[in-house]
Amino acid sequence: MAEPLTAPARPALRATGLRKRFGDHQVLDGVDLEVAPGSVHALLGPNGAGKTTTVRIVCGLLRADEGRAEIAGHDVVAHSRAARGALGLSGQYAAVDEHLTGFENLHLLGRLYGMSRKRAAARADELLERFRLDDVAGRRSGLYSGGMRRRLDLAGALVARPQVVVLDEPTTGLDPRSRLDMWAVIEDLLVDGVAVLLTTQYLEEADRLADLITVIDRGVVIARGSAEELKERVQGATLALQVRDGSGLDPAARALEAVGVGTPSVDHRTGRASVSTDRGPEVMADLLAHLSRDEVELVDLGLHRSSLDDVFLALTGHGAEAPKDEEETG
Amino acid sequence: MSAPTETRSGVRSEATFLAAGAETLRNGYVLTGRNMRHVARIPGRITTGLVQPIMFVVLFAFVFGGSLGGEDYRRFLMAGIFAQSMVFNASFTTVGLANDLQKGIVERFRSLPMSPLAVILGRTTSDMVVGVATLVVTALCGLLVGWRVEGSLGDAVLAFGVLVLFGFAMSWVGATVGVFARTVEVAQSAGLIWLFPLSLISTAFVSAENMPTPLREFAAWNPVSAVATSVRDLLGNPTPASLPQPDTWSLQHPTLYAVLSSLAVLAVFMPLVLARYRRLTRG
Repeated sequence: MAEPLTAPARPALRATGLRKRFGDHQVLDGVDLEVAPGSVHALLGPNGAGKTTTVRIVCGLLRADEGRAEIAGHDVVAHSRAARGALGLSGQYAAVDEHLTGFENLHLLGRLYGMSRKRAAARADELLERFRLDDVAGRRSGLYSGGMRRRLDLAGALVARPQVVVLDEPTTGLDPRSRLDMWAVIEDLLVDGVAVLLTTQYLEEADRLADLITVIDRGVVIARGSAEELKERVQGATLALQVRDGSGLDPAARALEAVGVGTPSVDHRTGRASVSTDRGPEVMADLLAHLSRDEVELVDLGLHRSSLDDVFLALTGHGAEAPKDEEETG
Repeated sequence: MSAPTETRSGVRSEATFLAAGAETLRNGYVLTGRNMRHVARIPGRITTGLVQPIMFVVLFAFVFGGSLGGEDYRRFLMAGIFAQSMVFNASFTTVGLANDLQKGIVERFRSLPMSPLAVILGRTTSDMVVGVATLVVTALCGLLVGWRVEGSLGDAVLAFGVLVLFGFAMSWVGATVGVFARTVEVAQSAGLIWLFPLSLISTAFVSAENMPTPLREFAAWNPVSAVATSVRDLLGNPTPASLPQPDTWSLQHPTLYAVLSSLAVLAVFMPLVLARYRRLTRG
C-alpha cells in the first residue's frame, strides 16, 4: 500500500522550451510548464492551440523538436522507462479494451506494470470500488456508458500509483452529470499528493479544478495564473448587450467604448457586444443615455463579474471554442 | 539516475538487457492472454478460424480430389492444407493489430513502461495458439476423409513443429500488413489478398510441372511448397506419381528449407513491423 509521500522540492512534472513543428505549421513555440505534487495545473486553449501536442510530448509519446520534459525527475526521452513508470495518462478518447470487463482491463494493466496476478487483482478491485464501478466490474467495458468508460480509463491511469497524472480533455463529450462525477474523481486524486496536468477547453472546468492555469494559443503561452488572477486581468466586470437588429451594433459598440475600458468585442453574428468596465452599476445609466440618443434598440443588457470566458476573449481575441479545427494538429 | 529495480509503485525501472528481454516475453505472455479472451468473445472469430480449414478440406478433397486421384490425392492433399491454413492464419494477425491500432488501447500501451515488441509478440503468439487449434481441427477432418499419419510419432511431432514455426513467421508478415494498413477496412482486404497467390502458386495442392516457367520457379522456391513437402515426407504421405515435385534444392531438402525460410521471414519482418509500429504510434 502507499507509503507516505515525502514531498519533493522539485516539481513532479516539468517541461521547458517545448517546440514542435508539423510540416510548416509551428504547433508549439516555446511552452514551459511545471506541476507541483498535490496540485492541478490546467492547460487551457482552443482546439488546435497545441494542448494535445504538449501532452504527448510530456508523456514521451511524441518527440519535441526542442526543449525537454521530465516526470518525477526523469527525462521523458533519455529515461523514458523510469518516466513512464511514474506517469498515468488518460487520453482524449477512453483507452479501454471494450472486449474486456472493467476488472480485466485494470488487471491487465497491473500485470503489464509488472505486478503479480494477486496484487493486480487487489489493485483492480480497489480502483473499481473507488471509481464506483464495482457494480459493473464483471461487465464488458464496451457496454459501459461514456462516463463509466472515462472513469475506467482514469482508473487505468492510476493502477501503478503514479506521481503524475496527465488528463487530456477528460470530460470532452460527457453529459453534465458525468462531468460533475469526473470532477469529483479528479479532486479526489489530490488527496494522494498526485500532480495533475489537465487539458481542457472548458473554462468552467479549469476554474473549478485548477490551482494554476496556463492559457495557450497557437503554440504560445499567453497567460498564467490562478483563476482569480486571470479574472483580475480583465478589469472588474463586463458590460454586455445584445441589439435587436444589426444596424444598431456599430453605434452600440461606440457607446460601449465611450463608457467602458478598452476596445469592445463585437460579435456580428449574434448582435452581441461587450466591454470591460471598472465602474459599478451606474455605468448602465450612462450607456443607456448613449443608446437612446442613437435610438439603438436592445434585446438584452447586463453587467457581470468577468468569467474565464471573458478572460479568454480578452487574451486571444476569440472565444475558447471559436476556431473549430476538428482534426487537431496534435 | 540510479534506479532501484522495484519502486514504491511496484514498477520496474531500469533493467539490464537480459531482464528487459525476460520482461518483454512476460508482457507478451500477458497480452497473449488478453488476445485469447478477444478470440473467445469476438463473434465469428472462432467460427472463421475453425470453419475455414473444414471448408478447405472438403472443397479440395471432393472438388479437386475426384479428378486428381481420389483417395491417393486426399492423402497427398492434407499437408498442403496444413501449410495453407498457416498462411491464412496471418490474416487474423493483420486485422487484430489494425483493430488495436485504430482504437485508443495502443495509446495506453505506449504510455506504459513496456517494450512495443511485447504488443506485437502478444498478437502473433495468440494467433499461433489459434493456428494450433486450426491444425487440430484440420487433422480431424483429414482423418475423416481418409488421411493418416503414416510415419513415426517423432517425425509427426517435427512436422507439426515445422508448421507452427512457419505459421508464426507468416503471422509477422500479417502483422506487417496490419501496421501498414491505415484502417481496419484496408487491413481486411489487404490482409487477405496476398494469401491466395502465396498459397496457390506452390506445390501444396498440385504439381508445378504444368505451370508457366515464372510460376514454376516461384512455386519451387515458395516456402509454402517446402512446408507442404516437408510435412508430407515427415508424415509418410506419398506423392502420387502423377504429381512430380521439381528437383530444386529447396524441395530436395524441404524441412531444412522450410525452417530456414521461416527464420529468414522472421529476420526480415520482425524489425520491419517494429520500426513501423514505433513510427506509427509516435504520431
